[in-house]
Amino acid sequence: MNTPELIPGLPLGEPINLSRRRFLASTAVGALVIGFGLPLGASRAQAAAGASAERGTQVPAFLEIRPDGSVRLLSPFMEGGQGTHTAMAQIVGEELDADPATFIVEAAPPGDAYVVMENGMRITGGSMSVRMSYPTMRRLGALARAMLLQAGAEQLGVPVAQLTTQPGRVVHAASGRSLGYGELAGRALDMPVPDPASVTLRDPNQFRWIGKPVKRVDAYDKSTGKAQYSIDLKVDGMLHAAVQHAPRLGMTVGGLRNQAQVEAMKGVHSVHQLPGAVAVVAERWWHAKRAVEAIQVDWQEPTADSTVRAMPADFSSDAYRDFLAAQQGPARDDENEGDVAGALSSAKTKVEATYHNQYVNHAQLEPPSALARFNPDGSLDIWLPNQAPDMFRADIAKRTGLAPERIHLHSPLLGGFFGRHFLYDSASPYPQAIALAKAVGRPVKLIWSREEEFLRDVLRPVAVVKFRAALDADGLPVAIEAVSATEGPTEAIAGKQGDKLDPTALEGLSGKSYAIPNKRIAQIYVKGPAMLGYWRSVGNSLNDFFYEAFLDELADKGGRDPYDLRLHLLRDNPRLTTLLKAVAELSGGWKRGPYTAEDGTRRARGVAMASPFGSHAAVIAEVSIDKGQVKVHHIWEAIDPGSIVNPAIVEAQVNGAVALGLSQTLLEEAVYVDGKPRARNYDLYPILPPSRMAQVHVKIVESGEKMGGIGEPPLPAVAPAVVNAVAQLTGQRVRSLPLSRHTFS
Amino acid sequence: MELRINQKTYQVDADADTPLLWVIRDDLGLTGTKYGCGLAQCGACSVLVDGNVVRACVTPVAGVVGREVTTIEAIEADEVGKRVVSAWVEHQVAQCGYCQSGQVMAATALLKHTPAPTVEQIDAAMVNLCRCGTYNAIHAAVQDLATGKEHA
Repeated sequence: MNTPELIPGLPLGEPINLSRRRFLASTAVGALVIGFGLPLGASRAQAAAGASAERGTQVPAFLEIRPDGSVRLLSPFMEGGQGTHTAMAQIVGEELDADPATFIVEAAPPGDAYVVMENGMRITGGSMSVRMSYPTMRRLGALARAMLLQAGAEQLGVPVAQLTTQPGRVVHAASGRSLGYGELAGRALDMPVPDPASVTLRDPNQFRWIGKPVKRVDAYDKSTGKAQYSIDLKVDGMLHAAVQHAPRLGMTVGGLRNQAQVEAMKGVHSVHQLPGAVAVVAERWWHAKRAVEAIQVDWQEPTADSTVRAMPADFSSDAYRDFLAAQQGPARDDENEGDVAGALSSAKTKVEATYHNQYVNHAQLEPPSALARFNPDGSLDIWLPNQAPDMFRADIAKRTGLAPERIHLHSPLLGGFFGRHFLYDSASPYPQAIALAKAVGRPVKLIWSREEEFLRDVLRPVAVVKFRAALDADGLPVAIEAVSATEGPTEAIAGKQGDKLDPTALEGLSGKSYAIPNKRIAQIYVKGPAMLGYWRSVGNSLNDFFYEAFLDELADKGGRDPYDLRLHLLRDNPRLTTLLKAVAELSGGWKRGPYTAEDGTRRARGVAMASPFGSHAAVIAEVSIDKGQVKVHHIWEAIDPGSIVNPAIVEAQVNGAVALGLSQTLLEEAVYVDGKPRARNYDLYPILPPSRMAQVHVKIVESGEKMGGIGEPPLPAVAPAVVNAVAQLTGQRVRSLPLSRHTFS
Repeated sequence: MELRINQKTYQVDADADTPLLWVIRDDLGLTGTKYGCGLAQCGACSVLVDGNVVRACVTPVAGVVGREVTTIEAIEADEVGKRVVSAWVEHQVAQCGYCQSGQVMAATALLKHTPAPTVEQIDAAMVNLCRCGTYNAIHAAVQDLATGKEHA
């Protein structure tokens, strides 16, 4: 377990990258390394992992401390902009007693050692990373500190009890001597990991970094082009590849009409047929792309035994919405309390409305890619964007027949993800890259062009929701029913309905906190033809729009102010009452409008709430109408994730979630006609441009309740707040998204 | 053909109509300039050509022969670029970071031509897409640079 024996693995283990090579070379000399990482760290960690090892206690698998005192942390979580690498540096650094600024954080390889979440999973999603691993990652830092203290005791020849630490140093106050962590890491290597129960964690009142706006560990590299994503990587002898996908998923290659001509095109190495695609391998990606787009393919209709979800030739997203709206059931109840039918039949006032949403794409700016290399010993190195390394490795093992330990999976930074990089069949380039690398006997990097990405991206689900509600004589809702005709992403990926309802189908309709005594939330499961996936905030991204907009309709019908109605319905919920009041205060006091702003525009405000992923959010939006379209001036958002690790990153995440929320509200939509997406690039699939961003004002409310998520929770309340404001301003109650389908006056 | 990129001269064997982006990334290995759309829609590939911001994904390489190309790799060698980078770090602009090379190039081009741009000029120049929604942070960073408020 020392560095030199690990170094020979590096040329195979790492992509070529000069700055990184220098870095590794410098650490090879006299480095005091606790664990070395990819790919050998994985097997070492696995070897070190006793069957009884407690979660997140295998310090050597996670941490390397270098002679200069810098700390390399292999994080269980992928960094894709949400700031999790910085959060992990804060959490581990706090207990290790090392400044997060001294951390270099990279994604850990697959392996049981890195399963640190309390739910026993290892994914980066569901806004889970920090909230599910917080105590474990703190303890990891504390264990490493204990090892350094023990090493310090031996080196200084003093009892460990006489030692303490300052950031990056073990200190013997009595003698005034101290040693940097970098000087001690070699000796610490020989220390057994202490009993996890033996370490005490720092008093939160003494936190230096947790809870503070610590600077991101990746800010400089990402401002200077130094940050490397999957698409940027290169290994010796690598060829480039591009694909042309079948116009509809499930179609197969019948034949190539001009293969010889394409093979003769400049730079072309070879032409390949793949399941549902053709590929060109070339010395340059541009040559591969040009050549593959020149191939004339005879595509054949899917056969009955197709293993993928075949897209029908007549599929239209607009027609599919009508199809969903016509579904009568059967429906399965998720929530059913009180007597909805009775309340509806005896109600003084009944309200009914039908809502729907649109398909949307992920449209992350980094197009998917994968770099595959078979090594002389038959093992495989693969670099690819992913949110779940162990699941991807298992899938690759299944596809290739390789044992998992022969697959070295690397997880570079993600150029945005928003749910794009979970395991979706037929939606990622790595199976193709592996097949091509095998076929040509050289490493291959496959990049999907933006057009190919739009063709194979999985879509956020659509739903048609029929609401019915009853108001009492005071105009207060006494019953609400929502029946959603939809397919949730989890059951879509499984390909069938489960024994239990798919929680991602109804979340945001279910789980609302309003005190309405009679309620029924149900799903009509409708298996659709489009490949579906998770999109930032998942079911909440549509369902909170439906529910919170309909709730405003109930307020209007009952002659109640929508803010006051929410306060009333939350009167027994102090946490949400506080939150709702906080957003009102943040906005200068609840003011619905319409009113005339200083610039002469007529404006109004809307309010909405959502409680996804263990956190709670309240949003107020201010809108006006500009040339028939909605302009959102301000978004005020109060968010209560219980407690937080980094307020600056929370604020950035709220900004980002607001942007995506505005994008799906104002202009974003994946439209299918004749089984094909109308848009294959950003020209016809607009995403929120800077000109349509709102000013965002954030209030973090730390209630001290159980920690919730932060990447997704700020999103779902944006759409209903905007739509409610538009209804108040224009009198037009829009029950669908995006608003660009409508003209306002 | 002969290219001048980041004050260095390169001999490149590429077709005249190859987009500058792919010559920069694949022939020269300068991967800080990003591929996002290939259609001049997103701006992730923004570079400077004789100090003007262009979208390298639709710029034929032959068109920059005899001109000076600056990519993100050399941004800190430029006095204005260096200021932009520090403002980006100060404002913690980046999230996923994939578009930020292009954003930094666009801001640098703006400030080189217009050292103290108005809000309207900033809005007109800073049009690159960002899926993470860092627009407000970008605007705040450029605003600071425009008004000389940033920590130099």
